[in-house]
Amino acid sequence: MNKKVILQLDALTCPSCLTKIETAVKAEPGVGEVKVLFNAGKVKAEIDDTQTNADKLSDVVTKLGYEVEKIKVKDL
Amino acid sequence: MKVQLFIQKHTNHITWLVAGLIILGYLSKYFLGNILIYQVSLAVASIIAVVPIAIHAYQALMAKVVSIELLVTIAVIGAFIIGEYNESAIVTFLFLFGNFLEQKTLSKTRASIKSLTEMTPTTAEVVRNDGSTEEIEVDDVEVGDIVLVKTGAAIPVDGVVVEGNGYANEAAITGESRAVNKAVTSSVYSGTILSDGFLKVKATKVGDDTTFAKIVELVEDAQDTKSHAEKFIDRFAQYYTPAVLIIALLTYLFSHDFKLAITVLVLGCPGALVIGAPVSNVAGIGNGAKKGILIKGGEVIDSFAKIDTFVFDKTGTLTQGTTTVSNRIYYDDHSKTALAFAAKVESLSDHPLGRAIQQYATAQHVEYQSLKINNNTTIKGQGIVAEVADQQVIVGNLKLMLVKHIVLTPKQQVDLQQLQEQGSSVVIVAIAGTITAIFGISDEVRSEAATALKALRKSGAKHLVMLTGDNQVTANYVAGQLGIDEVHAELMPDQKVEFVKEFQAAGRKVAFVGDGINDSPSLATADIGIAMGSGTDVAIETSDVVLMKSSFSALVHAYRLAKKTVLNTKENITIAISVVIFLLLGLIAGFIYMASGMFVHEASILVVIFNAMRLINYGKKTSD
Repeated sequence: MNKKVILQLDALTCPSCLTKIETAVKAEPGVGEVKVLFNAGKVKAEIDDTQTNADKLSDVVTKLGYEVEKIKVKDL
Repeated sequence: MKVQLFIQKHTNHITWLVAGLIILGYLSKYFLGNILIYQVSLAVASIIAVVPIAIHAYQALMAKVVSIELLVTIAVIGAFIIGEYNESAIVTFLFLFGNFLEQKTLSKTRASIKSLTEMTPTTAEVVRNDGSTEEIEVDDVEVGDIVLVKTGAAIPVDGVVVEGNGYANEAAITGESRAVNKAVTSSVYSGTILSDGFLKVKATKVGDDTTFAKIVELVEDAQDTKSHAEKFIDRFAQYYTPAVLIIALLTYLFSHDFKLAITVLVLGCPGALVIGAPVSNVAGIGNGAKKGILIKGGEVIDSFAKIDTFVFDKTGTLTQGTTTVSNRIYYDDHSKTALAFAAKVESLSDHPLGRAIQQYATAQHVEYQSLKINNNTTIKGQGIVAEVADQQVIVGNLKLMLVKHIVLTPKQQVDLQQLQEQGSSVVIVAIAGTITAIFGISDEVRSEAATALKALRKSGAKHLVMLTGDNQVTANYVAGQLGIDEVHAELMPDQKVEFVKEFQAAGRKVAFVGDGINDSPSLATADIGIAMGSGTDVAIETSDVVLMKSSFSALVHAYRLAKKTVLNTKENITIAISVVIFLLLGLIAGFIYMASGMFVHEASILVVIFNAMRLINYGKKTSD
């Protein structure tokens, strides 16, 4: 795990969306700890950038039907 | 996936369409007597409305979560199969409409925090080596870059002013909305607004490392950091929803009543219970954030509300933290002369007591700079002897007076003793062999501290303690003024930690209040660490509650807010559970069906959100 990806989503309204997003993102290879902030509408995930990248995670979330407004990648 | 996104985006339109169809159906039934149109429009409404719900249910199921949407979807399909189109249409409509209202109201409870994050600057104007400027994303600014800030703009980085002059409003960092002068070498902070002037700033911290970014991150994380109650409810809901599914199945197997079984599905939705506790915390944390009170999450609110012992650091917390002239006694009619001479003599030293006298003279508009001084000697630990305007002036402590054979009158001796009992340091001024003035210098108690401590007590604090590194006499005097229950003086930072631990061992719930710089061990050890008056990195990291504005009214408000928020959470949980019991009884008694059950559910969700929204404006009248 060498990078931290932060996805800013549209406002989340249902608490069950959390689990949904968290499980789906976690299922991707190369993803470590995942935190979904319900009120801030953010997904924070630690990734290994040799196995996955921010755009892939953004795709996963988009496929679940949530719009990704902004992507940010930080070094850990 | 496009279809899904489309449906998700237009869920609100779907809701209105469904509402229209339902109205059309009922109009045709009661005014035209046309049952066919009634049946068709309600059936169509059900089919349209169930699509977005079913999509959610399916996605959740893929993530191995039995969601509320799944219960509703099954119930609606069931109702559809047995031809209860009106029930299925109304249930789906209420569910969608409820979600719509939830969205609207939730965004209200989140608004205070959102307004904070929106203050984050997005672009910066960077000055290049050739003197040209370029506007770039704030994330692309690097440490060492020179940034140009114009009037009205938000400062995009933490840094040091290298050129220009202006006034910045630092409310975002300090919580105090006033203009602070910024000139070359001043530090400036990201997120603060340059209300006047222009600056060139050399960046020392950029992007997520700035103090403001840390504050925003803290608050964002805080509202999603769950309290014990929330964690419990989450776990409960995880098993509760599948359990409802099984109960509905059993109901059908034993009673063979299909309608009853699908009604159980709808009534079993744990709506208000799941949303009740988090929404209270978000509103509470938002209320604090708007007033410069950063609370790190639901768990902190819980423990803060239970605090019964407040431990205060003295210097800089209960007192101003700076020494000032608090008493002056003059023994002749030329008070200005005594003050001017003393200030002039003290200008030779940079001793804190000397500085206090100079500041006092300046504040009193006494001109002393132009006085002529000759033959001065400084006697270490005693004071200074000098010749000012051809008179011998001795400024120092009692020891120096004794050495110089200056005798105190009985009245002067009494005055001196009184000042010392008040914990003041004393400076005696003798001109031409006679004592003309005595100054008492102390770190003054904050004017609002005494009333604030009373208010804390009234709000539930049982034991107030002061720990200080200062001497016993001063400590006792300050404690006496403030009505502190327990005082310990002459302590090192690690000894303070020991006291905190002792209180905890005695079963007390301890909050430690300090300035956040020297007291990090105690802040970390206490059940709740409260850093007062500094939005510094250290304070933000080690404490649970950060008061950006160094004010006691903020402390009192934070304590009351925590209690109020916990109460609000309890109210919401009570409302949610009562609703479930009511629905269950209604089902048994036979006056609750699917549509009415869904209505009660959605109404209860709105009730808990509205209840939480009361917290947003809590304390608006009482605080300044």
